[in-house]
Amino acid sequence: MFTKEAVEKLSAHLGEPDWMLQKRLEAFALWEGMNLPTTSEEAWRRTSLRRFKLDKITPSLNGGGSQEMPSRVSSQLTETPAGGEIVQVDGDTLSYSISDELKEQGVIYCDMSTAVNEHPELVQKYFMTDAVTADEGFFAALHGAFWRGGSFLYVPKNVQMAAPVHTSTWNASGATFSHTLVVIEQGAEAVFSDEFGSETGKGQFMHNGAVELIVGDNASLTYVSIQEFGDNMFQFTHERGRVGRDGKLDWIMSIMGTGLMKAFQTMELDQPGGWGRMSGLFFGDKRQHFDLDTQQNHNAPNTVSDLLYKGAMKHQARSVWQGMIKAKKEAQKTDGFQANRNLLLESSARADSIPGLEIEADDVACTHASTVGKVDEEELFYLMSRGIPRELALRIIVQGFFDPIMQRIPFEGVQQRIAEQVIEKVGSLVE
Amino acid sequence: MSIALEVKDLHVSVEDQQILKGVNITINQGEVHALMGPNGSGKSTLAYTLAGHPFYEPTAGEVIFGGEDLLDLDADERSRAGMFLAFQYPVAIPGVTVANFLRQSINARRKAEDADDKGITIPDFRRLLKAKMAEFNVDQKFAGRYLNDGFSGGEKKRAEILQMAVLEPKMAIMDETDSGLDIDALKIVSDGANRLKESLNLGMLVITHYQRLLNYIKPDYVHVMLDGRIVESGGPELALELEAKGYDWVREKHSQAEAA
Ligand SMILES: Nc1ncnc2c1ncn2[C@@H]1O[C@H](COP(=O)(O)OP(=O)(O)O)[C@@H](O)[C@H]1O
Ligand SMILES: [Mg+2]
Repeated sequence: MFTKEAVEKLSAHLGEPDWMLQKRLEAFALWEGMNLPTTSEEAWRRTSLRRFKLDKITPSLNGGGSQEMPSRVSSQLTETPAGGEIVQVDGDTLSYSISDELKEQGVIYCDMSTAVNEHPELVQKYFMTDAVTADEGFFAALHGAFWRGGSFLYVPKNVQMAAPVHTSTWNASGATFSHTLVVIEQGAEAVFSDEFGSETGKGQFMHNGAVELIVGDNASLTYVSIQEFGDNMFQFTHERGRVGRDGKLDWIMSIMGTGLMKAFQTMELDQPGGWGRMSGLFFGDKRQHFDLDTQQNHNAPNTVSDLLYKGAMKHQARSVWQGMIKAKKEAQKTDGFQANRNLLLESSARADSIPGLEIEADDVACTHASTVGKVDEEELFYLMSRGIPRELALRIIVQGFFDPIMQRIPFEGVQQRIAEQVIEKVGSLVE
Repeated sequence: MSIALEVKDLHVSVEDQQILKGVNITINQGEVHALMGPNGSGKSTLAYTLAGHPFYEPTAGEVIFGGEDLLDLDADERSRAGMFLAFQYPVAIPGVTVANFLRQSINARRKAEDADDKGITIPDFRRLLKAKMAEFNVDQKFAGRYLNDGFSGGEKKRAEILQMAVLEPKMAIMDETDSGLDIDALKIVSDGANRLKESLNLGMLVITHYQRLLNYIKPDYVHVMLDGRIVESGGPELALELEAKGYDWVREKHSQAEAA
């Protein structure tokens, strides 16, 4: 049960300092005053939690997931050996490494609980203070109270991280609450891949995560997240990037799993010259339901945001993308782009695409585009007329559809993994 | 001389509307047949039907190709049996590079012959593609571009010839390959088609309504289609006559014949 005692027990189990316990209790107090969202709230209008039974889910008190994981979870995904790797099951770290090179650079990369104990000044400054905050909603507050596991990356001023780092988070026991916190100081550069998965198990699983990406002035971060949870997973996640002056955040995500997922993904361009790109690739089948709520917030002049989300849906799967570009009054000379493209492989699938603009500045260039379409019969015929069988032609078209996003993924290993998942999902559509 | 394609009394409907009303034509290997006729007479319908477009429904007649009834085969099977349609409007496939597409086309052929085939190796494929591109005047940069996506009219038609060169069909249908080409592009494309005809001993059906193309791809026979039928057939001189006199005399002659 999600109780105050459970918060205290969790914090004690993790050996946390009092300030973190207090932070958790504050979040818990907020959460107690909130209700499970219903479709009468605008943000949840298209996603019903009617089937979700939170009372069957327990906090991740002791971790203690089984050690059985598919070998692919911890497998090397990058060509250059990762500079650091964390593999976690149910919030417990199973394996951890960081290269001497990164250590010498002053890079901190460790699991989130270790960071709380070993780097309290940094964690106190950035953890759920400025990017994701507990008051954002029911699941942000629940996360603030019961977060467990995840990883912390800190890259000091002007350091170009010598190699990327890679975290794998596996959910075995049914509930995970991982927290990713990335802080890239002024002039620094980093590449981070964050992977989430589980086997499809019995009953309902929940992943209630948060991702905070803080990019300093002139700094650059490429953050790649790969989600392949089992179909019995309910995922609720709050994710926010903040970009400083002339900073760059290249945020790429692949979403394949869960039965239901609701993600709030926000890019804040806080200082002049900030650049942020959000690229999403998702593929739903069976009865999967993905609800992606994105915001591109231009809070300063001369900022650029560029969002491209591409989704394929088959069977009874449904996706919702609701995207907003906001430009504050002072955010003159900003460019904001958003495009959501959806490909329906069967007429039983559905995609809702809802772009939006809230522009207070008058000298801005903002455009949005959204499309929902079927696989083009003429494209299929063209490929078939060159000897390619129908099912393969369909696969080629779907892969082509995702190619612009794939091209943005900086690792061939990740590209291959996602390509395999796409093939598997297209696979069963043999007419 | 062996028969490449034999079309007998072919009737085709589109959405319950009869478009082809009994087409007969026999094309031998190594022969070039031109098919002319006014807009809307059914030339593209014949081309798409032969290539197996699901939209076009044969309602009577038969088409023999390589000893088989072509109409029983799906579009991909027809291609693998040696049929090639050079499209009037090649379709863009965003996200799929020319190289990837051609490799998949080659592999589909190999796999159909031997289910265990592992496909052409990447180095072999690169070598092949490079050679064909050089031979058929296609810029090497094409390999990495998305298929027909943002191609100019001339580039699209050249890409069709390149595909033909890689797939080595027995029978090629070229639907208005000359449309939208300037004279230089027309020469390059025709030259490619002629070379393939020689090297593969292709049977060719060249659809056009201009004599211009036939100066470069010389037909052995010329046919005129009108309202879903081939109403006139002759030698190359027929194309010159059409160029000089237009189609009105054909129309007149055959509307009279119909009326009588
Ligand atoms: N896809 C289609 N949908 C509807 N009508 C079609 C289609 N294709 C062809 N037709 C009709 O069939 C007739 C023949 O067209 P087409 O074969 O394109 O002629 P051509 O190539 O000789 O100009 C025309 O009346 C045209 O309107
Ligand atoms: Mg035509």
